[in-house]
Amino acid sequence: MNALFFWIFSAAMIVCALVVVLGRNPVTSAICFAFTIFFMSGLFVMLDAFFLAAVQILVTAGAVMVLFLFIIMLLDLTEAEKVPRQKVWMGLSLLLCLGFLYVVALTLNATPEGAVSIESVPSYAPHPLVMATRIENNPGASKGFLADLGDDTHRIGRLLFGTNATPTANNLYPTTYVAPFEVTSLLILVATIGVIVLCKQDDRPRPSPREQITREAPSKASTPETASTR
Amino acid sequence: MNITLNHYLAVAAVLFVIGLMGVITRRNLIIIYMSLEMMLQAANLTFVAFSRFNGSMDGQVFVFFVITVAAAEVAVGLALIVALYRLKQTTQVQELTTLKF
Repeated sequence: MNALFFWIFSAAMIVCALVVVLGRNPVTSAICFAFTIFFMSGLFVMLDAFFLAAVQILVTAGAVMVLFLFIIMLLDLTEAEKVPRQKVWMGLSLLLCLGFLYVVALTLNATPEGAVSIESVPSYAPHPLVMATRIENNPGASKGFLADLGDDTHRIGRLLFGTNATPTANNLYPTTYVAPFEVTSLLILVATIGVIVLCKQDDRPRPSPREQITREAPSKASTPETASTR
Repeated sequence: MNITLNHYLAVAAVLFVIGLMGVITRRNLIIIYMSLEMMLQAANLTFVAFSRFNGSMDGQVFVFFVITVAAAEVAVGLALIVALYRLKQTTQVQELTTLKF
């Protein structure tokens, strides 16, 4: 059953990705990209990453793709590309990509560690040290209770904000990702300021070339007149 | 047939390669940008797969960060495209040759 879903999701994802790259219409590409993300979050669910599946749909398929569509509509790029494609260039890139895939296939073949079935790996088992302290602190508790560290949302939150990261004997609940998290907020602030600076119009609107001509033409014609009236 | 880690990695590699092809062959700046985004997502899939098969959540936290950075990057990139479009009235890369030597 899991295998069936895996094949469905990955086939649909790759087909949508191909449409994004090969389609001639930008709007079709954007919508197919949203579907690619949708099927990828299906794969995330199969990997027990439920929180990330939700975030992926909300942020990437929701916010980012709407932004893309918005820009495509705003700039009126909706008509399809008319420039003919360079066959040689496409062939070369295809060759490069196939070479890359070949190297990946060789690597995957050479690593027997990768050939482990998903059913045989426990889903996010707690770290042995954490497990040991839990057994110490909760004598007589059931094994299921001890192994339960909460769902993945819970655990990502704890990892981000300070407890249950990879523990050591000295530091059982180290803080790991708070600093990167704060730096991310700084990054978003910088991005916001950057967008405002980039998109801010001058107070004087920059005249387009045609406007410049029409503006200059009457002024040239009017200068002799004003000179003669004076 | 059992699904293994290699299956997920292979699918991610295919997705990455499709994105790479888009970046190389397409002429429209927005499509190129979308393909870049796709390559980032392929990396995300690899992260989640490794995270699941190693039984550690750190990979998922990294994906969380990657999604955030990608969103910020998209905002800045699209602002650049809009600014460029105001200047040149086009998003076709073959016409944007100001930096070409």
